Amino acid sequence: MSFNRTANAIDLAPLMDILKPYKQNPRGALIPVLQQAQDVYGYLPQEVLETIASELRVPVAEVFGVVTFYAQFHLNPRGKNIVRVCQGTACHVRGGAGILEAVSHHLDVKPGETTKDLNFTLETVACLGACGLAPVMMVNENTHGRLTPDDIPGILDSYLA
Amino acid sequence: MSDTVTLTIDGQKVTAPADATILEAAKLVGINIPTLCYHPLLRPEGSCRVCVCKVTKARSFIPACIAKVSEGMEVFTNDPEVLESRKNIVELLLANHPKDCLACSRSGNCELQRVANNLGIRRVRYEYNRPEMEKDESNPCIVRDPAKCILCGRCVRMCAEVQGVSIYSFAYRGLNARVTPAFNLGLGEVSCTFCGQCRKVCPTGAITMKSDIGRAWQALRDPEKIVMVQTAPSVRVAISEPFGGKPGDIATGQMVSALRRLGFDRVFDTNWSADLTIMEEGHELVDRVKNGGVLPMITSCSPGWINFIELYYPDLLPHLSTAKSPQSMFGAMLKTYYAQKQGIDPSKIVSVSVMPCTAKKFEAERRELSASGFADTDIVLTTTELAQMIKEANISFFALPEDDFDPLMGVGSGAGNIFGATGGVMEAAMRTAYKVITGEDMEPVELEAVRGMEGIREAEVDFRGALKLKVAVAHGLANARKVCDMIREGNPRGWNFIEIMACPGGCVNGGGQPINLDADTPRLRIEALYRNDRNLPVRRSHDNPEIQALYRDFLGAPNSHKAHELLHTRYYEQYRSCRSK
Amino acid sequence: MLELKRLTSVDELNKLQEEARPLLGLRHYNRAANQEKYQILICGGTGCTSSGSMNIRDALQAAIDNNDLHDRVNIVVTGCHGFCELGPLVIFYPGGIFYVRVQPEDAEELIKTTVLEGKTVERLHYQGRTGKTPRHSYRDMLFYNLQKRLVLRNCGRIDPENIFEYIANGGYQGIAKALGMGREATLEEVYNSGLRGRGGAGFPTGLKWKFMAAETAEPKYMLCNADEGDPGAFMDRSVLEGDPNAVIEGMLIGAWATGATEGYVYVRAEYPLAIKRLGIALAEAEALGLIGDNILGSDFSFHLKIKQGAGAFVCGEETALMRSIEGKRGMPRVRPPFPAKRGLWEKPTVLNNVETFANVARIITDGAEAFRQDGTEKSPGTKIFAVTGKVRNTGLVEIPMGVSMRHIIFDICAGIKNENKFKAVQIGGPSGACLPASMLDNPVDYDSLTAAGAMMGSGGLVVVDEDTCMVDLARFFLTFTQAESCGKCTPCREGSKRMLEILERICGGEGRDGDIEELERLAHTMRTSSLCALGQTAPNPVLSTLRFFRSEYEAHIHDKKCPAGVCTKLLQYRIDPEKCKGCTLCARNCPVGAITGKVREPHLINPNKCIKCGTCMDKCKHGAISRV
Repeated sequence: MSFNRTANAIDLAPLMDILKPYKQNPRGALIPVLQQAQDVYGYLPQEVLETIASELRVPVAEVFGVVTFYAQFHLNPRGKNIVRVCQGTACHVRGGAGILEAVSHHLDVKPGETTKDLNFTLETVACLGACGLAPVMMVNENTHGRLTPDDIPGILDSYLA
Repeated sequence: MSDTVTLTIDGQKVTAPADATILEAAKLVGINIPTLCYHPLLRPEGSCRVCVCKVTKARSFIPACIAKVSEGMEVFTNDPEVLESRKNIVELLLANHPKDCLACSRSGNCELQRVANNLGIRRVRYEYNRPEMEKDESNPCIVRDPAKCILCGRCVRMCAEVQGVSIYSFAYRGLNARVTPAFNLGLGEVSCTFCGQCRKVCPTGAITMKSDIGRAWQALRDPEKIVMVQTAPSVRVAISEPFGGKPGDIATGQMVSALRRLGFDRVFDTNWSADLTIMEEGHELVDRVKNGGVLPMITSCSPGWINFIELYYPDLLPHLSTAKSPQSMFGAMLKTYYAQKQGIDPSKIVSVSVMPCTAKKFEAERRELSASGFADTDIVLTTTELAQMIKEANISFFALPEDDFDPLMGVGSGAGNIFGATGGVMEAAMRTAYKVITGEDMEPVELEAVRGMEGIREAEVDFRGALKLKVAVAHGLANARKVCDMIREGNPRGWNFIEIMACPGGCVNGGGQPINLDADTPRLRIEALYRNDRNLPVRRSHDNPEIQALYRDFLGAPNSHKAHELLHTRYYEQYRSCRSK
Repeated sequence: MLELKRLTSVDELNKLQEEARPLLGLRHYNRAANQEKYQILICGGTGCTSSGSMNIRDALQAAIDNNDLHDRVNIVVTGCHGFCELGPLVIFYPGGIFYVRVQPEDAEELIKTTVLEGKTVERLHYQGRTGKTPRHSYRDMLFYNLQKRLVLRNCGRIDPENIFEYIANGGYQGIAKALGMGREATLEEVYNSGLRGRGGAGFPTGLKWKFMAAETAEPKYMLCNADEGDPGAFMDRSVLEGDPNAVIEGMLIGAWATGATEGYVYVRAEYPLAIKRLGIALAEAEALGLIGDNILGSDFSFHLKIKQGAGAFVCGEETALMRSIEGKRGMPRVRPPFPAKRGLWEKPTVLNNVETFANVARIITDGAEAFRQDGTEKSPGTKIFAVTGKVRNTGLVEIPMGVSMRHIIFDICAGIKNENKFKAVQIGGPSGACLPASMLDNPVDYDSLTAAGAMMGSGGLVVVDEDTCMVDLARFFLTFTQAESCGKCTPCREGSKRMLEILERICGGEGRDGDIEELERLAHTMRTSSLCALGQTAPNPVLSTLRFFRSEYEAHIHDKKCPAGVCTKLLQYRIDPEKCKGCTLCARNCPVGAITGKVREPHLINPNKCIKCGTCMDKCKHGAISRV
């Protein structure tokens, strides 16, 4: 497995700003810092994790362990739009698998992958808690419900504009 | 509350300390509950679930390694339901474990194998379908084979809790969970000290040593080479274990004999160069104290410790004694002093050392340790590898006659001998420093204050009013870290001299020693070293006649120009691709 | 007017309540003949928002402006109303006039008819189960009338982003009263109420609190588990989105009773709206001095922070959740010691879930006895269920414990969609079980469910009909637990993998003799020997389907048939040559070219090429294609 070690040095200044309020008391800071860092960089490159580790005085192996434990964190760059198709029970019994297939087919990627043009990353999620609208998916912060496979191309294309 | 509680285990009444675990209480009545993730030196985790037992009234089974006893508790360790579950668990582990046991270096000494065999598991119903994982051979000391990892987490806990280094972590989750250094890098690419303690606690063949046996055989079979070997003090008190001996059995004579039979042309004693180290380091200390050198001075014989300070505390490098380790001093003298004396072409000498240590293999590769024009050390074998070679050569270890080391570099004092124990270098150094400063012998010769197993020990040594030295001893890198932090904070305890050993207990418990689950093992080996010391005719390094001859005939005086050139070194901050400070 | 100013006494809180009351003045059912003023409540829950309720708000606002009505009509965005099936929901007060599936283009008509003409727009009412009888008001709807909405009392009734509305409706009176009662009496009241944890095994909340109150180590932590992870459950999300202050107040009372001074709400990052509204509520509560030092002028201080989860189901387990707050991998640890003794950062800690905390304030204001009026002796109070799947009315249902599953599914939620036959209800998420029709009349409470081999879990009810394959459903849950297993203990990590392999084999038509026994054996090991509840309960969906639907497993294994027609490997599509008209529609739509045949002649499906997508069957206008 390879991880993205960026060719160009990344600007660590924003990371330092994120870290500033936690340096005095780094207790429990790791996950919030990782979340904010990912918001800034879009993913978590190795340099960023190494810096977080040394600034928060957490072993870098442990940082790696935490990052790979939680589904939210990503070690590689992701698409501009994140499509998360719900795989919850309610969605499952109302045809969630067909929705995932339709998205996967339309974008030509498998779950966990990013399209070549970096426009979309396809993910699955355990349950979005919008079961009343099953089957559902989220694109970025927007929830789309009562889906049929035919709806998919239109919805996804609307994010390209 | 009473200090003891009474409970029944498998119908046996047991009175156990109130804070005992079920596992410990069961041992008291001869019940050995199988374990895998449990290790006596580590905090229990209760994750492998092999030790689960049925406890009356509990909803689910209880892990014996972590659950405490309580009054009136009723435990069943072998009832049919428990046994069925335990067998299933081990079968599940076996299913995705490689089936190349016969060709595994841990065969016969593998805990998984033993547990499975004791449970009578005779078939595995599930297919092997673990994704392929690459072996990590990125460094000269330790090999990781993640396919054989059963995720017990013992290495993770050892590295984090005892060594304070935290190279390993669990990563990913569920089926993909694995134990790995950061970013799945090799140990050689992250800030690993190669102390090998992870290997000592690994229950399977997932963490083993890089073997140099092949290179050793090759050298021994090369008619052009003169192969000379030195043996560290800790080897002789552990070498008999793989042959069925007990920890702490002293087997110096058989070991020398075996080495000769293996074909080594000369067999020497690292105790000799330990004495040499004391001469150099002791004089360096006196010089630093008297002339305002950097204090506290810290010992430099433990290569795991040297890696640690170069990786994590490079700002403290000036505190290290510049004296090379006994292994390197020995090699340097072999290819200069000995070669000259014996009229041997040093390029033909192969300098082999037998060490209790995995990190010595890394030390041997350091380019700065070759001031003679040749590498000080060519091949490092661990105690475990030597035992393997003896077995390969069909030698019956206990049937061997006792033999003596070769002369010129074969005599070691008791002081050199106790190098293998935590506190030993300090005690040896004090014996000589005392002589240097006061002109008299230290009495009693033992320095009890620095002996023992406490993580950090302190003593004040009074040199008959001429000087007082505050000394400290630390073993295990987590303790080394504490000491380093205190030095960074300005050395509030006012230490002048510190001994640090990477491994808990010192070299006797080094990463290359035979694996033994008994928590008493380091203590028994240390006792053997002290026993050896008491029985030796010479107990102070400066009294070693062969060392005296070396200075007289070759080096001049301790810390002379020549001594500096050949016996001292420099340290460098280490950069690896992924660092964590 | 209403100011976010620090309250230094209970009197000041009471005064503020009086001042805030007019905010809710219009929210009643008595609509005058010539009603002057209206308030429009728009559902801003996740369900309705994703159905476009914010566009409707804009359209309604435009309509108000167009008709120059802003003196008479204003809009309030609320939390979830629970009837998600019919969203987006728009309710006019006074009158509780209930409009469903509203679209932006309806706005003008809604305003004109309802406000200007004093009538209602008939076509936008819920048409009842028959589809023929429009329900005008909240009060006319069986879905709501059969419920007892106590915990959900504010959800959909108040603006969750305005703490004054919460206070106007009696909010923070619970903590005010508790402060007067003293710590011990507060603890005793909660203990006597018999409230049990709403998030899983149903441990008595008061008892848990007593354990922590007895501890002396400091600080003590009060944590709220808002990491609602059971697929099919969204009651916690709805409470946080609709009434976040109720959760904060419950935590305050718990902290007061147990001596906790610090707290965290651990909420899923997948719930951005809940995080936002909780954040607003927390900021407002802090501004009013309801969170912080010397609350309402007392010596009680409590500091509360929000922690976002990072996507790991196992973090719903209490020790894992605490690890996660500490910034570590969320892996459970062996208990004891229990968190009440050694929890977050090794300090005494209590963790309850959102719904549990949302019950607490009422226990204090109305008393334990009032709380016990609902529910059963051992499971007092009400419980919120998230009813989803193949029911007509999906949504949130709050009812007293002890009613039957039949009442929930058939009376409140109007039974099964499309007149299909009920097959089973899955309760309790991945740790729960599938109960068959024969158990529909069993009461729903903690102990009855446990006795039936199920568990309450968080209260997700997924209803399935005869088109659902129970083996496939069990496989679905195992896929989930296997992916969410933390990987720490052997039985869960390896056992769930092997169980899943067997289930996949069975669904794929490769099932073999002995597979059922093998599943049972693995299930037993996982149940008895896993480290945490996730692994211990993961086999439940398999065990319960094996118990009640064993014949389906046998059909898959022995007859290589999937009776529900779900497992594609076991299906075949056939064209009935008698019915086929040779229109070629199926052949043209087949994505893999598996159908051949000449025009006006019966067509044929090549089973080796067919991927069993079912497109042909959907497209055929002559009903000639069947699945066998």
